[in-house]
Formats: sequence, structure tokens, C-alpha cells
Amino acid sequence: MLFQVVVLLLALSIGYALFSNTQANLERQSIATGFGFLQNEAGFEIGEPAIDYSAADSYGRALLVGALNTLKVSFVGIVFTLLLGTIVGIARLSHNWLVSRLSGVFIEVMQNIPILLQLFFWYALFYEAFPSPRQALNPLQGVFLCNRGLIFGVPAEHPAHSAMLIALLLGMLGWWLLVRRGHKIQDRTGRILPMHRIGMVLSLLLPLLVWLFAGAPTAMDIPSLQGFNFAGGVTVSPEFSALLIGLVLYTSAFVAEIVRAGIQSVSRGQVEAAMSIGLRPGQVLRLVILPQALRVIIPPLTSQMLNLTKNSSLAIAIGYSDFVSVANTTINQTGQAIEGVALIMLVYLFFSLSTSVFMNWYNKKMMLVER
Amino acid sequence: MSEKIADTTAEPMKPPVRNVGVYGWLRENLFNNWFNSLLTLLILYGLWQTCVPLIRWAFIDSLWFSSAEACRDIDGACWSIIPNNVSFIFFGFFPDGQQWRPLLAMLLLFALVFYSKDRKHWKRSLGVYWLLGLIVMGTLMHGGVFGLPVVETDQWSGFPLTLMLALFGMVFAYPLGVLLALGRQSRMAGIKTLCVVYIELIRGVPLISLLFMSSVMFPLFLPEGLSIDKVLRAQVAIILFTAAYIAEVVRGGLQAIPKGQYEAADSLGLGYGKTMRLIILPQALKIVIPPSVGVLISAFKDTSLVVIIALYDVLTTTKVTLSNPDWMGYSREAYLFLALLYFVCCYAMSSYSRKLEKELHTGH
Amino acid sequence: MRFTKMMALVAAITLLSSGLAFAGKDLDTVRKKGFIQAGVNGAVFGFGMPDAKGVWKGLDVDTARAIAAAIFGDASKVKFTPLTAQQRFTALQSGEIDLLTRNATRTLSRETQLGLNFVTVNYYDGQGFLVSKKLGVKSAKELDGATVCVLPGTTTEQNAADYFRSNNMKWKPVVIENTTELAKTFFAGRCDVLTSDASQLAGTRAVAPNPKEYAILPEIISKEPLAPAVRHGDDQFMDIVDFSVLAMINAEELGITSQNVDSMLKSKDPVIQRFLGVTAGNGKALGLDEKWAYNIIKQVGNYGEVFERNVGVNTTLGIERGLNALWTDGGLMYSPPFK
Repeated sequence: MLFQVVVLLLALSIGYALFSNTQANLERQSIATGFGFLQNEAGFEIGEPAIDYSAADSYGRALLVGALNTLKVSFVGIVFTLLLGTIVGIARLSHNWLVSRLSGVFIEVMQNIPILLQLFFWYALFYEAFPSPRQALNPLQGVFLCNRGLIFGVPAEHPAHSAMLIALLLGMLGWWLLVRRGHKIQDRTGRILPMHRIGMVLSLLLPLLVWLFAGAPTAMDIPSLQGFNFAGGVTVSPEFSALLIGLVLYTSAFVAEIVRAGIQSVSRGQVEAAMSIGLRPGQVLRLVILPQALRVIIPPLTSQMLNLTKNSSLAIAIGYSDFVSVANTTINQTGQAIEGVALIMLVYLFFSLSTSVFMNWYNKKMMLVER
Repeated sequence: MSEKIADTTAEPMKPPVRNVGVYGWLRENLFNNWFNSLLTLLILYGLWQTCVPLIRWAFIDSLWFSSAEACRDIDGACWSIIPNNVSFIFFGFFPDGQQWRPLLAMLLLFALVFYSKDRKHWKRSLGVYWLLGLIVMGTLMHGGVFGLPVVETDQWSGFPLTLMLALFGMVFAYPLGVLLALGRQSRMAGIKTLCVVYIELIRGVPLISLLFMSSVMFPLFLPEGLSIDKVLRAQVAIILFTAAYIAEVVRGGLQAIPKGQYEAADSLGLGYGKTMRLIILPQALKIVIPPSVGVLISAFKDTSLVVIIALYDVLTTTKVTLSNPDWMGYSREAYLFLALLYFVCCYAMSSYSRKLEKELHTGH
Repeated sequence: MRFTKMMALVAAITLLSSGLAFAGKDLDTVRKKGFIQAGVNGAVFGFGMPDAKGVWKGLDVDTARAIAAAIFGDASKVKFTPLTAQQRFTALQSGEIDLLTRNATRTLSRETQLGLNFVTVNYYDGQGFLVSKKLGVKSAKELDGATVCVLPGTTTEQNAADYFRSNNMKWKPVVIENTTELAKTFFAGRCDVLTSDASQLAGTRAVAPNPKEYAILPEIISKEPLAPAVRHGDDQFMDIVDFSVLAMINAEELGITSQNVDSMLKSKDPVIQRFLGVTAGNGKALGLDEKWAYNIIKQVGNYGEVFERNVGVNTTLGIERGLNALWTDGGLMYSPPFK
């Protein structure tokens, strides 16, 4: 007990000493404090803002843009990482010698090279290997590849698009309801209805119908070279691409190992038993292997996703305007390092904690399914 | 009946030729059904398409020991960037003519690591060797005795700095991590809360925010006039960061120890310290060898992030070399070389951990 | 056992404390340490960059050396910390460095909110644009829609935003916080334009793989008075830094160079006698050795010498004196009387 009190007192007094030192230092050098600066005009531009932003906006909005940019690259990164990681993980277990060896090499190489070095490599590859916009590669119609990034055409803006999005969401809601209904019917009567198929068709058909109803607009916004750069279309910048590629390749190597371990953790007897009661291979995977493997996979997978989010802060080294990068510029212009670093930590803690909460909820759900 | 008995004495039938040898192996591993055969062919085609130009670029059209001018005229890789700048990449600002010192220190370190690999050498004397080795290495780097000129720490850069950050990062983070893990499992609520908050806080934020804190914010925390060396601050940030991850790994090990072990130790009348030191930790730490090596490898890789706070580690010196107008544009070669360097170090660590895991596996 | 533990503890404490340094005021800190810790750029040729042997060279580097010469009588008593644009002010605020000579622009907000004191300007600069000649651009007004490479956290970044906004042009910034990395990216064609202080642009162009392919546009869009800076809180140290810079300018006005400074000691001119400390007074007033100005000129040189050696017309940069000429030659360099 005494020990505990002593340790706590020690921690408190160190904390207090640091705090009072800081206070004194700030006072002595008359450095501004507080979060009032968030309302001031930022005065700097951001390369690829996720929402409308200009230099006339406030620091607060600039930081929000930074946070959204972090979320954007993390979200896209996680989706691709899960896909690639699962493929490589399954490939590692393939009976094909070549496939399993190749994925083994991929995993070892990616895991053993620092992510920052990989990012530098991909970024350098982008701007050193690709031509200037005037000599852009044009692999497909409307798609250009140059040292300004990947530029491709998208359908020109049309009011039908938002309606189609709503239709898609409705369709997916219908899909979900159908599947639930299907389960109930199966529980009651034992009949298995192809609800997934119906649902899929439904969620594709609804937007299509809306599109046809709106007069089937086909106008495309094709990028074209105007002055220095391409105008129109959508540009994926080299910074974003390099960051995304680096993060996805690096993290998916870890995810692949997790997936492999998860699948191997399901004993062979389970698979054999499932086959002997007449389940088809797809069903074995979906109903027997996955639920059990996911239980093993999810906790480490969560921490890999968080790692990816945290590693996205290395964007600062290759010029993608993520939260850390914007916060750093803010620190530099306002001189409020403490507030800035505190904001960085808070935002990442928020990301981490909310992901953990969500994954814990999901994990619990998976546990219940197991029964 | 009798004929069948006679059958068993006959020559055993050889397996069909298509199941053994190269042919059988190919059939078994590459072409055992139509899907796999297709996959194999596709991959072979893909490899052919990518590897041939790659090999041309890296080995056939490339230059290894040439001037920068000669590189302008070739299509292949210009590996010459490495031999031409090797002393700056590896030793950074370490004065010319003194660079044998960090080289010798590094060789000594590798020798020590190699010696420690063998479990037969894991005795008290090993600790003494390491202590002596570190002192010798420190003397070699710093100088000031035996007529060696003094080299200030701000000139220690390049690969020795990377190794130093990694080595001390691992050595100090491990015990701290174990303490944190014990604290987190402790029955004392105050200590437990403190440890939980620390671990979760550190694990929730990226390393570069800690490095920023160490480089731009931490000095503001100190009383007026007190300052700590920049490298030391980065080193502390790496230690504190790694320790939180080690703590989580060790906690996993502690939780895996059956309750009976604690109870048995209690019933023998062992106190907390002895229970942990003699019973629990030896078992728990053994279980967590593979994941802790994983954390240590991460720590080694993470030292490269100091490039962001302008410390001259091996990645920074490479980047400085790349900004030299003569060698601009050969990033791929330089980064690939560096990747190989990191790969060799990390791969050696991970394969050693796999070996150790097998050796220590005593079956419970 | 107990003994070894004690030893380990002692060793740990010694190790830790060897990295620590105590002192009071900035000047006392510096004196006690025996050297000045100066924050420099580390990547701008002609201002602050190590050469192939790792020796620091540049106008800002020499300014820091002059201050060391004034305080210690020895221009080599200075250590350099390379800093990124984003680290520089916090490094100064926090006491990691004693002095910032890293082509920093003096602005109102930096002087007030950041708690810094800028001293006399050692280089008058202005922001310009560097473009590849291949683009055929003749004026900055033609840059609508361009991709612009810019260092984050600089006045340059804000000026560029202001300039494009006021001229109603669109642009896309690419921000990379490392000067060399930024230049490399620009040379590889990631951006159409590199914007920075004109002096830096000259330096960047000088190290380009093929300098002749790049041109600096005629527009100068901002005023960038670059000055050394110290923290708030020690006026004496600030005065020393300020007058060390001024002493270099004054020496040029008086025609004193590192070559003739010894013979100037015998000069009958009371102004020169006071300046070089033959007549005592200035040193005592600043709390320095009376020889302080002599040491600066002898070991580092006057402003003109330092300028010509690092960035002048005979260097790779080839920059004219322009605004940085003495006021008597139509420039802005002007020193108050040393009495």
C-alpha cells in the first residue's frame, strides 16, 4: 500500500513539475497559449482537400481537412489491405508450390523493410519513372498516367447520381432484410432460399432503373490537358498513391500472416466433419472455417488496422497533407507546439479508441454466433 | 489362400514413374489439377515478363563502379552511387580518416551478437562481455584516450547511429515493458491504472508524434536552462514507445500461465518478487519470445523515422547523398540497397527467433 | 548483489546527467557550455549546408561564427543543428538551440506570438518563382492552374496562397518539408513551379542536374527580411547578437577587412579605434572582451567578404549585392554608430 502511494505521489509530482516548468517557460518567453488560434485565418493551401477548403479558411477547418485526409487514406488503405492480405494469406496455404513460395517471399520482404523506406521508394518511383503531363501515358481511353498522378474520367455531374446512390442504399437495405427473412424461413421450415442472389440483383437493379428513368445520362467528364495540368476528371495524386501503395503492401504482409494462422487454427477434423455431412466447399468455408478462424483473426487484425492508421502519419515525409502534416504547419505558423502536439495525440487516440470499441463490439457478436 | 500368401513375398511394386522424381514433384506441387496448372502457367508467364527486364536492368545493363557521368548514358541500374558514397552513407559526419573507428565498433557489435546466438554461451560471463564490448565501442566512437581524437556525439551518424538507437531501444525497452506488464496485472489499483493509461496512451498514438514531442515540445517541459541532447531525447522516445508494445506482449504471456503456478508458488511461501522472478517470468517470457522479437524488429525498423526530426541515421545520409546533383535520380538504386541492408538485419533476427522458439519448445 | 545494484544506479545517473546541462540566462548558458548551439538550414547552398567533408558553409553559418567570435574570441566555438522549417522556432523556444540563423523572415506574429526577438537583417530577400524553361512561361501571371512545390510552414507558403488568391489564379500546392527532397521532386517534374526566397531559388538552380534549363521569373512577390533570432528574455544576449551582425556591416562601411584589420589597429581614426577596441568602452558595455569586433573581422570577415565568399557573383550562386549592398552603394545595409 505504502509502495503504491509513493509511486502515485511520484508520478503526480513529476507531472506537476513538468506542468509548472512549462507554464513558467511559456510565460517567460511570452509564447501565446490556448486554442484561440483555431479561429484565425490559416493562410495556407492544402493540396488535395477532402472538403471545400481555401487559404482564407480557419486553422480549425484546415485541421479538419487534415483529419479527413487521414481518414480517407486509412479507410481506402484498410479495404485494400484486407483484400490483399486475405488473398496472400490463403495463397500462402495453397497446394501450389509456386503460389505459396511467392506469397512467402512477399511476406518476408514486406515485413522486413521499414515502411518509411518503402514510402520513399514508391514516391521516388512515381515522380522519377513517370513522364510529364504533356507526355502522359494513356493506357485506356480517358485514363492518363504521369508524374502528376493517375487521372481518369468520371461520369459528368448529373442530378440522377444522388438518386442512384439512394437507390443503391435502399437496395442494400432490402438485401439485408431479405437475408434476415431467409434465415427465419430456414429456421422454421429448413428451406434454403437464394436470398443473397436476389438481394444482389435487387441492389444492382434499383440504381439501374433510376438511371434509365432519368434518361440514361452518359456524358463523361474526360480529363484533358489544359495549360500545365489536366483539367476535369478525377486526379489521384502521386503522394496519395505512394502512401496508399506503401501502407497496403506493408500492412497486408502482416495481415496475410494473421489470416494464415487463423485458418490453420481450425482443426482439420472440423473441415472433414463438415464435408462428411455433405456441405459444399463454399459452405464449408463460409459456415465452418470462417466463423472459427475469424475469432482468432479479429483481435490481431484490429491492431494491424490501427497500425495502418498510425503509419499513415508518415505522409508528412512524402507530402500528402494528412492530419500530422497540417498540424505541423499550424504549429509552425502559430508557434503553439504544445497545443498542436496535444491535438495530434488526441485525434489519433480518438481514432484508436473508436476502432477498438467497434472491433470489440464486432468480436462479441462473432463470439455469440459461435454458441 | 496359399497363392495370396505367396504374393507377399514378391518384389514390392515400384510407385508409378509419374509419382516420383522431378516429374512427380512437379505433378504434385504445380499441376495437381486444372486450376493449379492454370495458376502455375499464369505465374510463370508473369514472372517471365517482370523478372527478365528486372534482371536486365539490375545486372546486365547496369554499372557498378563508375563515375556519375558514365551512368547518364546507360539504361540499367547505376549501382555506382553506393561505392562512390559509401563512407557518407555509412558514417555520415564522422571525420574522414577516423572512420575505421565506427567500422571496428560495428564489427565488434556483430561479433558479440554472433557469439550470443549460441545458447551455450548464455551465462553470467556473457553479460560481462557485453558490458566490456559496449565500453570498448563507446571509447572507439568517442575517443579522447590512447591518442584518439575526440569525436562529439553530434558527429555520430549513419549506420552506427541506426544501430545505436536500435540496440539501446531494445535493451532498455524490454525491462521497462516487463515492469509495465507486471504493473498492469498488479492487484494494486493505483499502479494498475497508471500502467493501463500509459500503455494505452502510447499505443494509441503514432511514433512520430512522440518523436515530435521529444524534438520540439519536451524541452519546454524542462526547467529553464536545462536541456537534454537531441539524440538522447529521440532515444528515450523510442524506448518509451517500444516498452508499451513489449508490455502488451508480456501481458499475453503472463495471462497464459495457469493459475496453479501462482498458487503453487504461494503455497511454497514465496513472496511476490520471488514468485515472479523464479516461477512466472521465466515461463511467461519463454512463451512470448516470438512476438517480442516481432516488436524488437519493429523497433529496429522504426529507428528510420528519425529522418523526420533531422537526425542523420542511415536513411537520412542516403537521402542527403541523393540530393547531391551528381547522383540525383538514382533513388531506386539507393533505396533498394538500403532495403537490402534492413532486410538482412531484420530477417536474421526473425529467423533466429524461429530457431530459438523450436529449441525452447519443451512441450507445455 | 546490493553493491552491483548501487553501481548500476550510479552508472545510470552519470549517463543521464552527462546529457544534461544547467544554467540560468541564455548568455550564461552559452558561456558555461563554452559554445553556441546555432540552428541552421542544413540544405540551402550558400546559406547553411555541410560540404562533402561535413564542414558547415554559408552566410548564415558565418553569421553564427561571428557571434561565437564576439563571445568567446574564437569563431569555431559554435555547433550547428540542422533544422527543418517546421522545427526551427520550437527548437529556439525550447532552448535546444541558443541562436537561430536559418534564413528566417522577420514578421510581426513571429516576433510576438512565437516569443522571438529578431535582430538586424543579414539578408534582404524576396519570394520568386523557378520554372523549367521548357514550359515557356515568361511571367508569374501566366501560372494559372500550375502545380507549385513549396516548403510547408514558411512565409513563402502563405505568400504564394495570397499571391494566387489576389490574382484570381488556381494552383495546387505540393508541400514537402525537406528542402532537398522538395528540390529533387521539382527537378523530376512533379511540379511546374518551385517557389521560395529568390536567394534559395538561385541556390537550388545551382545544384540542378542541368541549371541552364531553369529560369527564375521576374516577379518578386514579397519582402523577406531574413534575420537571426533569439528567444525573449535575455536582452544582453540579444544585444550581442544584434551588434555582432552590425559590426560586420560597420566594418565594411569603415573599409576594415580580415586582411587589413591588424594594420587598422594602428589607425589614428577615433571611430575605428573605438570600433576595434583600441579605445575601451564598447566591449564593457556589451559585457564582452574589448577585442570582440576585432575578433569577428579577423576570424570571419566583414559583411561584404562573407557575402562574396558564400553567395556573391564569383560563387556558383552568382548573386548581385542589390538590396544587400551598403546604403552608400544604394542598398539597405546600414549600421548605427558604434559608440
